[in-house]
Amino acid sequence: MKTTETPPPVPAEPGAVLTKTDVPADAAPKEKKEGTVLNVFSHGILVIWAIMVVMPLVWAVMTSFKDDASIFGSPWSLPDKLHFDNWSRAWTQAHMSDYFLNTVLVVGGSLIGTLVLGSMAAYVLARFDFPGNRFIYYLFIGGMSFPIMLALVPLFYVVNNMGLLNTIHGLILVYIAYSLPFTVFFLTAFFRTLPSSVAEAAFVDGASHTRTFFQIMLPMAKPGLISVGIFNFLGQWNQYMLPTVLNTDEDKHVLTQGLVQLAVSQGYKGDWSGLFAGLVMAMLPVLAAYIVFQRQVVQGLTAGALK
Amino acid sequence: MQHGKYRFIVGFLAVPLGLYALFVIWPFIQSIYYSFTDWTGLSPDFTMVGFANYERMLDDDIFWKSLQHSLLFALLLPVVTIGLALFFAFMINVGGRRRRGGPVISGVRGSAFYKIVYFFPQVLSIAIVALLFAFAYNPDSGAINSVLRAVGLDGVQPLWLGDPDLALWAVMAVLVWSTVGFFVVLFSAGMASIPAELYEAALLDGANRVTTFFRVTLPLLWDTVQSGWVYMGILALGAESFAVVQIMTTGPGGPDYSTTVLVLYVYQKAFRDGQAAYATTIGVALLVVTLAFAAVVMRLGRRERLEY
Repeated sequence: MKTTETPPPVPAEPGAVLTKTDVPADAAPKEKKEGTVLNVFSHGILVIWAIMVVMPLVWAVMTSFKDDASIFGSPWSLPDKLHFDNWSRAWTQAHMSDYFLNTVLVVGGSLIGTLVLGSMAAYVLARFDFPGNRFIYYLFIGGMSFPIMLALVPLFYVVNNMGLLNTIHGLILVYIAYSLPFTVFFLTAFFRTLPSSVAEAAFVDGASHTRTFFQIMLPMAKPGLISVGIFNFLGQWNQYMLPTVLNTDEDKHVLTQGLVQLAVSQGYKGDWSGLFAGLVMAMLPVLAAYIVFQRQVVQGLTAGALK
Repeated sequence: MQHGKYRFIVGFLAVPLGLYALFVIWPFIQSIYYSFTDWTGLSPDFTMVGFANYERMLDDDIFWKSLQHSLLFALLLPVVTIGLALFFAFMINVGGRRRRGGPVISGVRGSAFYKIVYFFPQVLSIAIVALLFAFAYNPDSGAINSVLRAVGLDGVQPLWLGDPDLALWAVMAVLVWSTVGFFVVLFSAGMASIPAELYEAALLDGANRVTTFFRVTLPLLWDTVQSGWVYMGILALGAESFAVVQIMTTGPGGPDYSTTVLVLYVYQKAFRDGQAAYATTIGVALLVVTLAFAAVVMRLGRRERLEY
C-alpha cells in the first residue's frame, strides 16, 4: 500500500515564496543609491568567501598532479604535465585502496545497522505507551550532548575485553551505538507525524505488530529514513575520533586515519605529491556525490537543527 | 492494539537499547567511577583514591591551559561562525537589488550557486580539512605564505602553526572555514520561510536593511540560531577540535602547549601516558563544561516564541 509521500518541508527557493506580491519599487533616489552601494558591497563579500572556500580545494587538486620539486618551489604554479603516477602510487603503494575498502565495509555495515535499529527503537518510542518510555527516550537524546571522549577511555577496554578491538565488526557496532542518539531523536519525531489510521487498519486485518512495522510503517517513513541516512552516512564516512582510539591496527585503518598516517610517514619518505593525490582521492567522491544529490544532502544535514 | 504489545516492545527495544547501554551509557558511568581511582589502564588493578585526581587536576598547569583554550573555542567560535553565517545568509536571501516590477525582497543574483559552494567543506571530513590546511600553513612551501609573497608581502611570512602566539588562531580559522557554510544553508532555509508581508511592512515604514535584519529577520530566526549555537559549541568542545588540534599542531597541542584543548588532553593522558584514571577526571571536567555551556545558552537565549 502506497500512501502519499510526505517529504519534510522543502526549503523553498527564497524567490519562490516572495514573488507573490508585486509592489513597484519606485523608491526615493537616496534609497536606490544605498541599495546599489550595499549590493556591490554584499556581492563583493560573497564572492570573496566563495573564493576562500574553493581555492584550497583547487590548490589540492593542482598539487596532486605535480612533482615534488615544483610543489615546494612554486606552490601555486600549474603542473608542467599531469603526473598521474602520483595517483597510482597513492592507490597501490600507499594503501589507499585498502583504506577505501575498509571504509566502505565499516560505513556500509554501520549505516544499515543504524537505520534498522534506530527506526525500530524510534517506532516503539513514538507509537506505544509503556512505563519507562520517556526515560528511555531521554537516555537516547542525552547521548547527543555528552563529550564522547569521556566514554572512549573505558570503552577502549570494554571493546578490548570483548575481543572486538581492531576488528571491522567491532567498529561497526560502536559506530551504530554512537549514531543512535540522533537517529532515534530524528525518527521518533518523524514517526509521530505519520497518520495512525493506516497502521490500525492493518492491525484490524490481522497483521502482527512486527509485520505492520516492516510492511506499512517503514515504507511510509522513507523520506525521513533518507534524510537521517544521509546524515549518518556523512558522519560515519568522515569519522575520525572513534577509529583513532579503537582501530589502531594499520591494516584495518579507514580513510581518514590512513591519510593522517600517510602524512606522518611521508614526512620521512618525502612523497608529498602521492599524499596530495590520496587527499584528493578521498575528497572527490564525496564532493561529487554532494553535487549530484545536493538537495537531499542539504535536507539531511539541516533536518535535525530545523526542528 | 493490546495483543502481544509488551512482547513486541521488548523485542524491538532490546537490541538497540542493549547496544547503546553497553557501548555508550556503561562507559560513561564507568569513567566517572574511574576518576576516583588510580587506574593506569595498562593493568587491571587499581585502588580507590578519593578526590586525589581532582586535587591533582587543580594544580595542573596544562589542564588550566587546555580549559582556557576549550572555553575560548566554545565562546568565540560560535560567535564568529554564526555571525558570519547570518551575514552571508541575509545577503544571499534579502540583499539583492530591488528590481523595478520585481519582488520587494530578493536574493542576490546566483544565490543558489553560493549556497552550493559554501556547503562544500561540510561534506568533507574534518580530518581531511585539517591535513589540507596543515600543508597550506606551511611557512615555506604552503599555499598561504606564497599568496602573501605573490601580492608583495614578502616581509609578512608568519610561521602560523609554529608560532605559539598564532597557532591557536590558525586552528580556529580552520574550524570557522569548515562550518560557516552549514549555517549559511541552515539560516537560508529559515529565512525563506519568513513571510514576505513582514518585509514589505518594514519597508513601507522606511526601514533600511540593517534595521530589517535586526527587527525582522533575527527575531524570527532566533530558535534556529539558538540550537545552532549549542550544536556549534558542542562540536567546538568535542570531536571537531580534537581532530584539528591533533592533526595540525606540533606535539600535538604545541608549540609550548599553546593549542592544547581538553579533549586532546584526555586522549593523551589515557592513550599516550598510561594515566587512564586521571584522563577520566579531565573528561569529567569536560562534561561539566559542556553541560554548563548548553544550559547557559538555552537560558540566556530564552525569549518569547514568536508566531508567524
